[in-house]
Amino acid sequence: MRPLFSLPHDTRIPFMRLRRITIGLATVLSVLSIVLFFYAGLNYGIDFRGGILIEVRATQGTADLASMRTKLGGLDLGEVALQNFGKNEDVLIRIVDQGNEQANNEAVDAVRKALGDSYEFRRVEVVGPKVGGELIQAGALAAILAMLGIAVYVWFRFEWQFAIVAFVTTLHDVVTTIGVFALTQIDFNLATVAAVLTIAGYSINDTVVVFDRIRESLRKYKTMPLPELMDRAVNDTLSRTLMTSATTFIAVLALTLVGGEVIRSFTIAMLWGIVIGTFSSIFIAAPMLLLLPPPRATEPAAAKAMP
Amino acid sequence: MMYMARWQVWTILVICLLGVIYAAPNVLPREVAERIPSWLPHQQVTLGLDLQGGSHLLLEVDTRAVARERLTNLVDAIRTTMRAKRIPVTNLAVAGTDAVTFRVREAGQVDQARAAVREVDPNAQVTVTPEGVFTVQLNPQELIQQARSAVQQSVEIIRRRIDETGTRDPTIQAQGEDRILVQLPGLRDPQRIKELLGQTAKLTFHLLDLNNSVADAMAGRVPPGSLLLPGDARDVDASGQPRMYLVQRRVSVAGERLTDAQPGQNPQTGEWVVNFKFDTVGARQFADITRANVGRPFAIVLDNKVLSAPVIREPILAGSGQISGSFTPQSAQDLAVLLRAGALPAPLNVIEERTVGPDLGADSIKAGAYASVIAVILVAGLMIVAYGLFGVFSVIALFFNLCLLIAALSVLGATLTLPGIAGIVLTMGMAVDANVLIYERIREELRHGQSALYAIDTGFRRAMATIIDSNLTTLIAAFLLFLLGSGPVRGFAVVLSLGIVTSVFSAVLVTRLIVGSWYRSRRPKVVPI
Repeated sequence: MRPLFSLPHDTRIPFMRLRRITIGLATVLSVLSIVLFFYAGLNYGIDFRGGILIEVRATQGTADLASMRTKLGGLDLGEVALQNFGKNEDVLIRIVDQGNEQANNEAVDAVRKALGDSYEFRRVEVVGPKVGGELIQAGALAAILAMLGIAVYVWFRFEWQFAIVAFVTTLHDVVTTIGVFALTQIDFNLATVAAVLTIAGYSINDTVVVFDRIRESLRKYKTMPLPELMDRAVNDTLSRTLMTSATTFIAVLALTLVGGEVIRSFTIAMLWGIVIGTFSSIFIAAPMLLLLPPPRATEPAAAKAMP
Repeated sequence: MMYMARWQVWTILVICLLGVIYAAPNVLPREVAERIPSWLPHQQVTLGLDLQGGSHLLLEVDTRAVARERLTNLVDAIRTTMRAKRIPVTNLAVAGTDAVTFRVREAGQVDQARAAVREVDPNAQVTVTPEGVFTVQLNPQELIQQARSAVQQSVEIIRRRIDETGTRDPTIQAQGEDRILVQLPGLRDPQRIKELLGQTAKLTFHLLDLNNSVADAMAGRVPPGSLLLPGDARDVDASGQPRMYLVQRRVSVAGERLTDAQPGQNPQTGEWVVNFKFDTVGARQFADITRANVGRPFAIVLDNKVLSAPVIREPILAGSGQISGSFTPQSAQDLAVLLRAGALPAPLNVIEERTVGPDLGADSIKAGAYASVIAVILVAGLMIVAYGLFGVFSVIALFFNLCLLIAALSVLGATLTLPGIAGIVLTMGMAVDANVLIYERIREELRHGQSALYAIDTGFRRAMATIIDSNLTTLIAAFLLFLLGSGPVRGFAVVLSLGIVTSVFSAVLVTRLIVGSWYRSRRPKVVPI
């Protein structure tokens, strides 16, 4: 049984010559993301801000948003957001944090009473403001530690130049993912943080494969000019990078399409992360290494790095 | 490289076989799996609350209340001691969160007062200003110790209270310094549990203070030896305000002396009551008090509210009594539960609640399973289209990978959450990465004109370092996610980590075994890749 097609393998794409465009694009994207983060901000879910999230399903027929809005509006709970999703009978109710735990619990009770028997409560989440603050800290800490941990590992296995580039590309992937969330205002919750961390791990995975090939070529072609060497390394690993991204992408796509509403923001973050991670491994990592060239094998400093 | 020792082959085969066997029970309906004899693999993956439905409550023990109570007691003890030793003091009060201050009036009595404080609390730190102002600071170590034991005690009492309600398989565990995590699988509405946990249920019996007037006390002149307490919510005076009671601060009998409490009905009035029994010490105290105070009212106080204040008609010697009040059958039942379980050492706050209905859980499982199947089919299709026969090899490896992952989750008793299912799907997508690396390498070697055997051999060998490097970096991220994540996210991290291990095993070793046997049986000149 032979393969039906073979991914392109004799590519000679001049990635290094494109570096001004690609690194420029990456810089613009990152800066835009940071600006968006500070100006538009993230649509933090209740995991971070504290508050109440209730998912209800109409027991008969479709949900009547207008009448729900009137019923809940009369409860004096501050900002109440209703969102129809999936099927017509499902509604997500988001209520701002009521200030303290007691009040939050009472608000849930009030909603239960107001909606009565015509709606079934499928999910209730109440997060106090205190827990929210802690979760955001733990999330940010995890993301930073993950990037540092990965950089240290790369430093340990390669040269420090690789580690810095790995750190910067991972940072780029994480920052632009956050930018996408600021732009689309998709709910940013704990699961999204998990997705961002997975992206950090995943995108470095691709980058390490490229690095590996660069390191190997550095030993094999001792006199080849760096730009040419790196172009070859990226081109040689291109089919693998694309293939792996494709398999992961379709798996996550399946999850996004049929996996349900609860993990939607997680899967969307992952989809974006796979795209941007692939982009940065191909277009950013190696060209950046050119700005920070690792020592060649002819230099004595590199000799010890060889097993 | 393609050659494998016989023991290596057998080890790989046995691991794969075990993976299939241990994953198998998960395909069966739960009732069938429960009937499998225990010597056979029978564990199924434990489903998280977001999949099986249930309630997750994170409680915070108000440890400051423990310190506050210590300080109030310290004030009382100092007052009593100083009075007994005839050392006049002024401005005796709680200061801040961990100290009590007072001033000794006679400068000559400072040393005497210091000794008296030592007697009351030998571990406290005492500082005295030249003006004779004492600051008695509680030992911080002791406070921490006390907070910790309050959390431990709370866990115990919460368990008793929840057990009384008949909730199945609750998980109750201390978390961090002052948190308690309660997980109640299958619970649709945690309202009743929250109500039960929302009360400290500290029951005390006091005599009423009849020497001072309630009106005076309400105007702010509460005598030092007394407490002004409200009646319970239904106990209101003519103007609709809760009725106030002035009771002696001294506890006549404490709630810890109760051995049993049961709801019941008063045979004459049909009114709901709670019947209680004291232990021997409590019974004696109760007998003494009632004997000495016939004709006077006494107050039954729960969490600083007077439940009822009946008049003692005759000495109660049997050690049992009855609490009346305006109970409904449910509230009488709840109070009995609370009294049997004992009082919490400090109030609890629900700081996080996540409840998922069983229907939504079932829908999530369905959606997750559906997505997994589609993902596996798509990935398998893509691999076969791109690599032909070798693609089929990696799909076989993918099957064992899935089995091993599910088997590992079942055997380790890890909890599978919805993000965990996402982790499985993601693993399926990433697992073939190792195969892709190997196959692309083989193709490259073939393009360089190497022989079939050499190309395959080099492909596996060269790709190995890359596979290890790329997977370890993902493992670092997964590990941090596990350390810092909570609940469902943690479940995702566990699946991702296990998935990386099983992927490397199946994609490298299992594929190598298959490719090796294929090569030896066919001896192909050309590799169909």
